[in-house]
Amino acid sequence: MTGRLVRIAGPTVVADGLAGAGLNEIVWVGEERLLGEVIRLERDLATIQVYEETAGLALGEPAEPTGEPLAVELGPGLLGSVFDGVQRPLDALAARQGDFLGRGARLPALDRTRRWELEASVRAGDDILPGAALGIARSGASAHPVLAPPGLGGRVAEVRAGAVTVDEPVVRLVGGAEIALAHRWPVRRPRPIRRRLAPDVPFLTGQRVLDCFFPVSSGGTAMVPGGFGTGKTVLEQSLAKHAAADVVVYVGCGERGNEMAEVLDELPKLDDPRTGGPLLGRTVLVVNTSNMPVAAREASIYTGCTIAEYFRDMGRSVALMIDSTSRWAEALREISARLEEMPGEEGYPTYLASRLARFYERAGRVETLACGEGSVTVVGAVSPPGGDLSEPVTQCSLRATGVLWALSADLAHRRHYPALDWSVSFSLEAERLRGWFEREAGEGFGALREEAMQLLQRERELVEVAELVGTESLQDAERLVLESARLLREGFLRQSAYDPVDASCPPRKALEMLRLHLELHGRAANAVAAGVPLRSILEAGLGTRLLRLGSVPAEAIAGGAEALRAEIGQAIARLEAE
Amino acid sequence: MDLVTRRVRGAEGIAGPLLFLEGVPRARLGEIVRIRAGGEERRGQIIELAGARVAIQVLEETRGLAPARAEVTLTGEVAALGVSRGMLGRVLDGLGRPVDGLPPPIAEARLPIHGAALNVTRREKPADFIETGISAIDGMNTLVRGQKLPVFSCAGLPAGRLAAQLVCQARVRGGERFAVVFAAMGAPFREYDAYLEAFRRAGVLDRTVVFLNRAEDPPIERLMTPRCALTCAEHLAFGHGLHVLVVLTDMTSYCEALREVALAREEVPGRRGYPGYMYTDLATLYERAGRIAGRPGSITQVPVLTMPDDDLTHPIPDLSGYITEGQIVLSRDLDRRGVYPPIDVLPSLSRLMGLGVGPGRTRADHRPVADQLYALYARGRDVRRMAAIVGAANLGEEERRLLEVADRFERELVGQGDAFRSIEDTLELGWKLLAPFPAEALARIPAAVLEARRKEAR
Ligand SMILES: Nc1ncnc2c1ncn2[C@@H]1O[C@H](COP(=O)(O)OP(=O)(O)OP(=O)(O)O)[C@@H](O)[C@H]1O
Ligand SMILES: [Mg+2]
Repeated sequence: MTGRLVRIAGPTVVADGLAGAGLNEIVWVGEERLLGEVIRLERDLATIQVYEETAGLALGEPAEPTGEPLAVELGPGLLGSVFDGVQRPLDALAARQGDFLGRGARLPALDRTRRWELEASVRAGDDILPGAALGIARSGASAHPVLAPPGLGGRVAEVRAGAVTVDEPVVRLVGGAEIALAHRWPVRRPRPIRRRLAPDVPFLTGQRVLDCFFPVSSGGTAMVPGGFGTGKTVLEQSLAKHAAADVVVYVGCGERGNEMAEVLDELPKLDDPRTGGPLLGRTVLVVNTSNMPVAAREASIYTGCTIAEYFRDMGRSVALMIDSTSRWAEALREISARLEEMPGEEGYPTYLASRLARFYERAGRVETLACGEGSVTVVGAVSPPGGDLSEPVTQCSLRATGVLWALSADLAHRRHYPALDWSVSFSLEAERLRGWFEREAGEGFGALREEAMQLLQRERELVEVAELVGTESLQDAERLVLESARLLREGFLRQSAYDPVDASCPPRKALEMLRLHLELHGRAANAVAAGVPLRSILEAGLGTRLLRLGSVPAEAIAGGAEALRAEIGQAIARLEAE
Repeated sequence: MDLVTRRVRGAEGIAGPLLFLEGVPRARLGEIVRIRAGGEERRGQIIELAGARVAIQVLEETRGLAPARAEVTLTGEVAALGVSRGMLGRVLDGLGRPVDGLPPPIAEARLPIHGAALNVTRREKPADFIETGISAIDGMNTLVRGQKLPVFSCAGLPAGRLAAQLVCQARVRGGERFAVVFAAMGAPFREYDAYLEAFRRAGVLDRTVVFLNRAEDPPIERLMTPRCALTCAEHLAFGHGLHVLVVLTDMTSYCEALREVALAREEVPGRRGYPGYMYTDLATLYERAGRIAGRPGSITQVPVLTMPDDDLTHPIPDLSGYITEGQIVLSRDLDRRGVYPPIDVLPSLSRLMGLGVGPGRTRADHRPVADQLYALYARGRDVRRMAAIVGAANLGEEERRLLEVADRFERELVGQGDAFRSIEDTLELGWKLLAPFPAEALARIPAAVLEARRKEAR
């Protein structure tokens, strides 16, 4: 069955003669065989979104359905790779096409020349479940677990030895089915799991303000809205570097090329503290920059998510970072407009909310088919027009995610980074995670967190008062609140992404810092109540010591904190004695 | 119907800038056509193919065009521009045809103006700086090669003067070859005349290519102008190894043309009437800034735009800000006070500054001095606001010093006038502004840098 193009308009085309095609089926479009996907069928007319530039297409050119939905290739060699939104390997494309992206190139996602040796963990006669681990594929320094595809299980008839490429069968089942190192999976279909697990383990980001105040669970979802320049990308990239994940899938969705060039430059040079290897070795990049075809941008988040689920199914904890979901939604809007669908709010299609919700539902901590435990945590940036959070993408994301990390232009403007607005952000998971933090980071975590939030809340109230009556009319106790809150903001909430030590902060260190801040505040408040003038407390210069704690390495923090605590105690006692 | 050259006599209809044809064999999306009617020749581009019907966007004025008498020839080519090194020193129209009375430059290559996306794995991250001679940019918000850094202006502010100054003064250090591609969109006579005069007077035409789309030219041509300019820039940068600065002004005219054309096509309008794909469209321009691994040249972009109603959240500055790597913001307040260039350093930011400054590029003390000046100036501005309420007489000594530094920063460092100031002179001036402060007040400057400075002074 081959159709003919009868209409061409921007990234969508219509072909006739495709009565037998299915929705979401992949079609080769035109003489150059561009990659397209059927997104609407009416009688024998198929509307196809094309994942490559459509300029130059002519009416009457062929449209040839493949019988397969848009799928990605999952197997050894994914880690460290850079793909476009429909999983074309960008390195290999550059080798073939040169510096600029051309069209019509069909290259397999995974290298077909590389050979892997399977160290099998199953033998002939074993019964395996769908999704079960079959062994480890090794090639040079790389090792990659091999899974049976979901839906394929039974008795092993044969395990083949020797070095093979990713598409060669290594296991044959009784009945003839064969399993290769890699398999394909349709991107728009969530990979199956055994069951979901409760969200009571945190996904540690290394960012104090996030982990302590607005934690997200492993398998949870967080959204990061913020106007331009508020720090979404720097935050997503810090997480990609420092978050406690086994695998990071980073989707650059409709954003800048230079940013990705920086990531590609940095990741190979940074070490993964967990494995000692380069960070690139735990990362998969899916890059569809703003100037690349818009339909492939729409697909990119599903491509990234499916790759993330595949690693989850190996029992890994996976972080899926998306920068930015707004660009995805805009791609959806552009395609919807080409289909002349009835527009909803701001021109977005009415199904925006359900698509977003369904996408975020693919996150989760789960029991895998192979009975292991894995997770996909999703962090999605949102770029609201004019920084206005009432717009549709932000509002739909708010209903679909569990954690809001709102970035404020005002804080960014004052160079307070991460510019997280603590008065707007929230975590619906904080309560469930409290137990973990009390157990693992240290007792009293929850109480300290609340005390700190109250201090910040008090500050806000006092600033409002001071704006009316002037700072001079505030009492010493009130001014102390302002001073302690300032220290907390600058010494604790603020975290430098560019200081090698401060860039990432484990929860124990964060807790120690928070405790010191609040202890100083408590001691000083008592002293003020006992009549010590605030001025002499400030002159003791204890605050500036707190500001430097960020760059103290985590291993040294306990000792440093003890010394500082003693110093605080002595200084205040001396003042009280005077 | 002439099958060899593919020529059609008589179009079906016309609506605004769109001409409709029937029964054209092998018409291709994006193909350029020539339209002859009544002794005039116009150009058009195929924007949609539906059944037997072809929609053509006419690039020139369609007034008086009679569809029945039109003769349309398909060229088989997508919109392309002949490019060459010989374009340097030339003044061209918005589509790249000479308007300086000289014959067209001999093309070394013919390239599609829409360009292709650079494969990110071949991108080299931006590095090194372009010296603009403007302290508020070089010192505080350094322009890095391969960066796109827009100027956000307001109606009535001297953005044109600043754009001309950039074209005339910008240079790269270290003897590498440098060129400027200047594209004006929707420029009135008063403006483009002043530009050309300024370039001539400064004697920089030889290293400059000028693309002029005048206010009276049709809006659709305006959509091609930056693409022609960038195609030329790519050829100079990646074909000839030049460092190319592309100044695009005024992007607001460009976006208005985009809106006008979209509405003429009866597309569903997005925010404030601008099309929903404006982000993508602007990105296909701005993303053409950059460097390529293993090639010597670079493209740096400074798009200039006017914020309608002084509104930073208007879609034009907003979407630009979402694509570019920072922004230089002009301030009405500084302009009123006679500060030129009226660059407000607080909301301005060059996100890539870190890649362009420091030892080996500018100077080791560059970043700390800039950070310190920024911090003091920000506090000085706070004090100024407070002084307006409580009165200058009630300020403490430190506050007075901050107020003083904010004033001097604006008058001396920012308000430099039209003169070129080297980065060294900018940094020396910066140190001069910091001089009244004791070391404890200069927390952003590492002790070692302060110490080195003191030693040098002695
Ligand atoms: N944690 C941080 N530490 C230091 N600087 C930061 C931090 N976060 C952001 N910045 C500064 O802010 C700039 C903009 O940040 P970023 O690129 O992350 O913004 P964004 O929200 O992604 O913007 P856009 O929506 O335009 O992509 C950075 O280039 C950097 O100068
Ligand atoms: Mg960003």
